[in-house]
Amino acid sequence: MTAISIRNVKKRYGKADIIHGVDLEIQAGEFIVILGPSGCGKSTLLRMIAGLEEITAGEIAIEDRVVNQLEPRERGCAMVFQNYALYPHMTVAGNIGYALKVAGMAKPQREERVLKVAQSVGLEALLARRPGELSGGQRQRVAMARAMVREPKVFLFDEPFSNLDAKLRVAMRGEVRRLHRQLGVTSIFVTHDQTEAMTLADRLVIMNGGHVEQVGKPAEIYNRPVSRFVADFIGSPAMNLLEGEFDAEGHFVHGQGGRIAVSSLNGHRVPGRKIVLGIRPEAVKRTIGPQIGTIPGIVDYVEELGGSRLIHAEVNGNRLVALDTDTEELSSGTPVHFTFDDALHAFSIEDGKRIDIHPA
Amino acid sequence: MIERSSFFDFVTYAVMALGLVIIITPFWIVLVAASLSLPEVARVPLTLWPSSHLMENLSAAWSRADLGPKLLNTLVVAGGVTIGKITIAALSAFSIVFFNYRARMLCFWLIFLTLMLPLEVRIVPTYSIAANALLPFQALLDATGITSLVETIAGIRIELNWNLLNSYTGLILPLIATATGTFLYRQFFMTIPDELVEASKMDGSGPMRFFFEVLIPLSRTNMLALATIMFVSSWNQYLWPLLVTTDRPNYGTVVMELKALIPAQNGTPDWNVTMAGALLVMLPPLLVVAFMQRWFVRGLITKDK
Repeated sequence: MTAISIRNVKKRYGKADIIHGVDLEIQAGEFIVILGPSGCGKSTLLRMIAGLEEITAGEIAIEDRVVNQLEPRERGCAMVFQNYALYPHMTVAGNIGYALKVAGMAKPQREERVLKVAQSVGLEALLARRPGELSGGQRQRVAMARAMVREPKVFLFDEPFSNLDAKLRVAMRGEVRRLHRQLGVTSIFVTHDQTEAMTLADRLVIMNGGHVEQVGKPAEIYNRPVSRFVADFIGSPAMNLLEGEFDAEGHFVHGQGGRIAVSSLNGHRVPGRKIVLGIRPEAVKRTIGPQIGTIPGIVDYVEELGGSRLIHAEVNGNRLVALDTDTEELSSGTPVHFTFDDALHAFSIEDGKRIDIHPA
Repeated sequence: MIERSSFFDFVTYAVMALGLVIIITPFWIVLVAASLSLPEVARVPLTLWPSSHLMENLSAAWSRADLGPKLLNTLVVAGGVTIGKITIAALSAFSIVFFNYRARMLCFWLIFLTLMLPLEVRIVPTYSIAANALLPFQALLDATGITSLVETIAGIRIELNWNLLNSYTGLILPLIATATGTFLYRQFFMTIPDELVEASKMDGSGPMRFFFEVLIPLSRTNMLALATIMFVSSWNQYLWPLLVTTDRPNYGTVVMELKALIPAQNGTPDWNVTMAGALLVMLPPLLVVAFMQRWFVRGLITKDK
């Protein structure tokens, strides 16, 4: 069943177009994460679904009911805000129960519901405190409890963890995942943190400059980015993107005469054709000494990650990053040789669209 | 920069002590004079040490100026003005800060401009409105020709008249518009994060509910600070009550009555009674300030929460 459908939605502030027509169908119970760089319109889209932002054109329907003209409270959405937005003068219980109070629920039932929700996020001991006396993580829990207590049709999260420290963020991520499994409520989560996005999402929506670039399962997006932007944006460290063209023998020539043998990409290896070749750092392997098909490079610097390391190397005037698990000492200026797994990506140099190497 | 040296400390304390003396001396003189007998108060030079006639002076002043009912009157007027000012200020600031309409900034600046038009400047038009609060509507009807139309058709002459002179309404209403209060509230409301407004929208509360259940509780300290200032200033109002009340016995305020306590040109120079009256008149605002000062300071200083 479709929980939310977004049809050609646009947003304009004065003369500036923020969102240029977004289409999206969200199934009931899905966990959707909207990911994009800052200013891409992801929060605006979320706020339009919530009803906090007017919809310039297009339609948003929640459970087959067009909500364009409805007030936020009539849409059945609950939202968790970035800065928690708790009422400072109310206790935790007051904050959680406020929506029910507004809705006119009697006090005994209200208290019962608040207690139940508070227990599910581990807040039952703090109900009498005020937000000012809580830690960041606890405030975040209150904000989530406040959203849950109304038993909404849709949860909206607007970068809720960006004020938490790294460790707490991981813990809250787990919490959100667990709650979603328990409650099964359709959720839309906006973030600019791709780890958060990859780990939480059933489906990921990548936005850029007011457009949806790609929608898909996290693995799908990682393995088959549809555009140069997505390829560059998803994955840490970022994908190596080399601009170059094919020579008469079908080799990919880049930088100052560097040649890479590309076995796949049949039919696209037209001599003189320019493309962008994408290689994930984890697909780049270091070989011992030069071999057939390897490309030589010079180590620029090494980033130690603990279990592995990133080798930043110069290859024919281009920069290449390789994920390496070796422990051999590599200092700046050391010559190295790389080989690639065949997991290559190719993108058109003109419009950045993916060129299918292994047609699906 | 905070510098700590014993010399600097000494200077600071000296300045503070001097300020204290300057402020406290008039009060002391009033208190001392109120406790003297008639011969003592007439003595030159000024006596600076209290005597034992305070109670009899107080009761003389109380009965001569009829202070009982007058204090009650003043309390009603000052209280009414204070409540009215806070209500108006909070509501207009609410409108200006949280609603988006075309004339928003115009309204704000119009309110702000009235800071430059205190009562003393607009006293004549204000008086004529108080004499007939419906005067503007009458003028409107006259100008549009409706009055003459109705007169020719129905033979009835429309005369709108609502006299506010000699009434609590007249004493209170013209004083409750306040640019200062609106401005103070506006500044406070602008510190409320947008997300809080949005959270309450998501929780389903309408604007008035947000106003009463979120804004008002959050602005409590501001409100008390404002109330303190407003109460003292309206207690001290002299010109306006003097103008709109001709019926002194029923609607006179204490500050006006103070005049009655000043010795007549050729009467007994009993300044001790005058001072006792002054003491009684300034007591309520003093008590209010003493009681509210903790809130008062907090409301004007703190920006957090």
